Amino acid sequence: MSWISTTLTSSLGKKLIVGITGLFLCSFLVVHCGINSLIFLNDGGEAFNIGAYFMATNPVIKIMEYVLFLGLIAHIVQTLLLALENKKARPVGYFKENGNANSKWYSRSMAILGTLILIFLILHLKHFWWSKVSGHLAETGETMFAEMLEIFEKPIIVVIYVLAQISLAYHLLHGFSSAFQTLGFNHIKYNGLIKSVGVVFSLVLPIAFAAMPIVIYFGIIK
Amino acid sequence: MTALNSKIPAGSLGDKWKNHKFNLKLVNPANKRKYDIIVVGTGLAGASAAASLAELGYNVTTFCFQDSPRRAHSIAAQGGINAAKNYKNDGDSVYRLFYDTLKGGDYRAREANVHRLAEVSVNIIDQCVAQGVPFAREYGGLLDNRSFGGAQVSRTFYAKGQTGQQLLLGAYSAMNKNINSGGIKSFTRHEILDIVVVDGQARGVIARDMITGEVTRHSAHAVVLCTGGYGNVFYLTTYARGSSGTAIWRAHKKGAMMANPCYTQIHPTCIPVTGDHQSKLTLMSESLRNDGRIWAPSKQGDTRKANEIPESERDYYLERRYPAFGNLVPRDIASRAAKERCDAGFGVGTSKLAVYLDYASAVERYGRQEAGKKGIANPDQNTIETLGREVVKAKYGNLFDMYTQITGENPYKEPMRIYPAVHYTMGGLWVDYNLMTSIPGLYACGEANFSDHGANRLGASALMQGLADGYFVLPYTIGDYLAGTERKSIPNDTKEFMDAEKAVKDELNKLISINGKSTVHEIQRELGLIMWNHCGMGRTESGLKEGISKMRALKDQFQKDVKVTGTNEELNQTLEKAGRVADFLELGELMMVDALNRNESCGGHFREEYQTEDGEALRDDANFMYAAAWEWTGESGKQKLNKEDLNYEFVKPSQRSYK
Amino acid sequence: MSERHINIKLKVWRQKNKSDKGNMEEYALSGVSTDMSFLEMMDTLNEKLTKEDKQPVAFDHDCREGICGMCSMYINGQPHGPLKGVTTCQLHMRTFNDGDTIVVEPWRSAAFPVLKDLIVDRTAFDRIQHAGGFISINTGAAPDANAIPVPKENADEAFLAAQCIGCGACVAACKNSSAMLFTAAKVSQYALLPQGQAERYRRVEAMVAQMDKEGFGACTNTGACSAECPKEISISHIARMNRDYLGAKSTSNAI
Repeated sequence: MSWISTTLTSSLGKKLIVGITGLFLCSFLVVHCGINSLIFLNDGGEAFNIGAYFMATNPVIKIMEYVLFLGLIAHIVQTLLLALENKKARPVGYFKENGNANSKWYSRSMAILGTLILIFLILHLKHFWWSKVSGHLAETGETMFAEMLEIFEKPIIVVIYVLAQISLAYHLLHGFSSAFQTLGFNHIKYNGLIKSVGVVFSLVLPIAFAAMPIVIYFGIIK
Repeated sequence: MTALNSKIPAGSLGDKWKNHKFNLKLVNPANKRKYDIIVVGTGLAGASAAASLAELGYNVTTFCFQDSPRRAHSIAAQGGINAAKNYKNDGDSVYRLFYDTLKGGDYRAREANVHRLAEVSVNIIDQCVAQGVPFAREYGGLLDNRSFGGAQVSRTFYAKGQTGQQLLLGAYSAMNKNINSGGIKSFTRHEILDIVVVDGQARGVIARDMITGEVTRHSAHAVVLCTGGYGNVFYLTTYARGSSGTAIWRAHKKGAMMANPCYTQIHPTCIPVTGDHQSKLTLMSESLRNDGRIWAPSKQGDTRKANEIPESERDYYLERRYPAFGNLVPRDIASRAAKERCDAGFGVGTSKLAVYLDYASAVERYGRQEAGKKGIANPDQNTIETLGREVVKAKYGNLFDMYTQITGENPYKEPMRIYPAVHYTMGGLWVDYNLMTSIPGLYACGEANFSDHGANRLGASALMQGLADGYFVLPYTIGDYLAGTERKSIPNDTKEFMDAEKAVKDELNKLISINGKSTVHEIQRELGLIMWNHCGMGRTESGLKEGISKMRALKDQFQKDVKVTGTNEELNQTLEKAGRVADFLELGELMMVDALNRNESCGGHFREEYQTEDGEALRDDANFMYAAAWEWTGESGKQKLNKEDLNYEFVKPSQRSYK
Repeated sequence: MSERHINIKLKVWRQKNKSDKGNMEEYALSGVSTDMSFLEMMDTLNEKLTKEDKQPVAFDHDCREGICGMCSMYINGQPHGPLKGVTTCQLHMRTFNDGDTIVVEPWRSAAFPVLKDLIVDRTAFDRIQHAGGFISINTGAAPDANAIPVPKENADEAFLAAQCIGCGACVAACKNSSAMLFTAAKVSQYALLPQGQAERYRRVEAMVAQMDKEGFGACTNTGACSAECPKEISISHIARMNRDYLGAKSTSNAI
């Protein structure tokens, strides 16, 4: 099976993993965003809690949760490895650089944007995942929605969440179409579509996510 | 005097090469791997020769001065490559290509060589397509052609304005295949500074590693020089800055004869000189003459802008003088006609040394065609121009862009200014029919030899000749020589090698030790001016004599006062250039000696004393129907003349007419 | 456009040889004609330095008409300077203004070590080509050129890829020093032509392996390579190589 390891450790193979896991994470974001958006029904979190309960108990989802973690870890590890190798590929830098002349700043800053998202993710998991896994929710009998209302009371948390969504937006703005390029999907007939979907995707999801702490903080959703 | 035997086989024109191939000795496949061959230069001729020889099984070592074989100056050839495929069904044939080339060369080439060239031209296209060269194609998927100067058929295959690049990358890929399989060992950033001759046979080279300055000895059973032309003796030319005459000149000094060194091609459509700072001239492909019309104002000293000069006051002098071929006359004729107009005071631009190449009528014609295709009835002028410009852009876009880059002007809106510039040297090392020089075991291919273009080369024929020599001629003929030599490997530490190495080192150290005041650049510019003024488009006896004495004085100045900074033991571009200029100083002198000897006008060699009433070149077949092969006698300018008579068995030379 | 004369300041990377550390040096040049090419401006500087008994700046150049790929200067933060679709030799001084400071550096990549001043070693590119940048056909074995029709679209697209001049601007521009555009241009050219099909998978596997071995970084699709490529080669060729590589790795017999 050496061909598999040589493929996956080649520069193209690593990119492939980043691209595939990236798109997989995008699909997770859609589900996540879909369920969370139930709070906008403003029904006191009823629909949302049903969704959250389903997600927490459905066996398929539970399995997918592990897959998701694996995907996330693979995405992080591979990008980390690539970033290190890419850094090594230019040991002496330039005296003067004008990167904006040939590329977008966020395309060149995927590693930084990704790291910001990762830091946010740790906080986010502490807020909403740990409370579930640790049995905190079960102990107190609180719903996920109530947990949300509680956490988003603090303005600093709201600011962090919003900033993280801005990072995510730029990360997706490059990452979405970039994944297709890495997988070899580049055709004049579909490039426009991929690009447009990518832009819409990287705007709609982060805006929806960012809106959640904001509306809760300002008491619009109760 | 060394007897000049051109070894042209007997028989009818069409049978010569066929019979000759059969009669050549062969080296058995198992023995081929025992022979080492050095190929110097990796342009079309060198790369194709190296690849083909390695495929046959020989051990090939290549050298180039660039950082990669892919950068040889063949890469800059724009327009195309000729081949007698007759895909256009317009009456082309091997014989017609042969005849056009011979006539284009003003009957100063060997019939047998030129016919062989025309024969193998068809194989070249097959070979290149199989290598993945992306030639231009028609919608049916078959190859497209266009026409070039000196021909009335469309036989030129092309890849936009980058045909040379694509062909060279094809030959480079063939080299890569053999480097990958171990058949070729490639040295880059190495300059060949001497040829080693052992017992009268070429047995190796002395090279300088241009990164470290190390001088090394390399031995082989045969040496092939594919180092291109020596036109940079004129300084301002279309050549790459690194193109030099050094390898062939040092071979010359070791006994290889230089043939017809004065035959220089001045290309008619180059971007004119703008100022003293200029380092090179840029060619605008001859293919532009397919659609462009060349004109000068019909009033002397006209200072109006081109677009302000009405149609009635424009003199389309090529169409006027040569109605049959019009703008597509051969290069030497087009160049001289431009010079004639400018000398007579009809030139344009600030320097007055330029004429116009105008695309207005092509834009109009294509615009109307396109409008017709699109079903636009009665299109307005704006629509026609927009549509026409699109077609012109698709065909010649990269050339127009280049013009804009260099001049800052928009050639879609106003005519381009052009003037002739040195582009190619038809002369070179004398070779026999087998491409062997007068030193046994030393071969010369492509522009480095003198053999196929006579006194003028037709457009799109340089690529053809380089590849013909490398792919289809040398691989056959070199075996004939090798079969007769010993197979045991050649040692590189014999006295001849050690002496040559020492001489090269001494020469390098000498250049550095002079430490005078004149920079290499200054001397090279001066050298170029002497050549252009005294041995350029129009040559005279008195002018040449004056040029020779100026050249001697300049050489003297160089030897006493040149300034070379740095040391030999490092990457030293000034030292590299100084060595090349030293050779050019002698080579330029020989060119003028040759031009002075040739008391006639033919092709690219125009002696003003010898012209017809209407200013055309006047040949003297009775006295000059020969190739002048100059033999080194130990002193520059004192070479001995050997004559190889040109026997026209099949074609009767006549006064060239393109009227 | 009429000629002007400008005064400029240059900051140029000077490095004696491969092992030297190197540093930026400053030079002033006055009366530079705007009709000069960038390299002619450098010639002028060198002539001045020579007269002052200083070492001229070593830089690669040859054809000076934008096709050999030899010239390689990183000018004011961009390979080949600020203009699109242009090599250093075709960049003219009319692009700059009086009083400008121009920073000139060599290509920077672990795979392109500096040999002297602005000259780098690009033989890594050659080795990628040696690995598979060819169609294995021996001289004389070719069928008639028109025996296999090639759709014009494919021939044209192959030509666009084949235009690569191997200058290395893609590597210099890429924040990862990736050679993907260079490698893809050759892979894609042959992948588009019927003649290239026999070795299609073998080629892409070999060339990518060599590319990785040379120490180039990976592609992160920033598009800087294509934006700076003097021949404006599209990253669609990289996508084609990605496809071919995936196809090759998953279906070829090379284990």
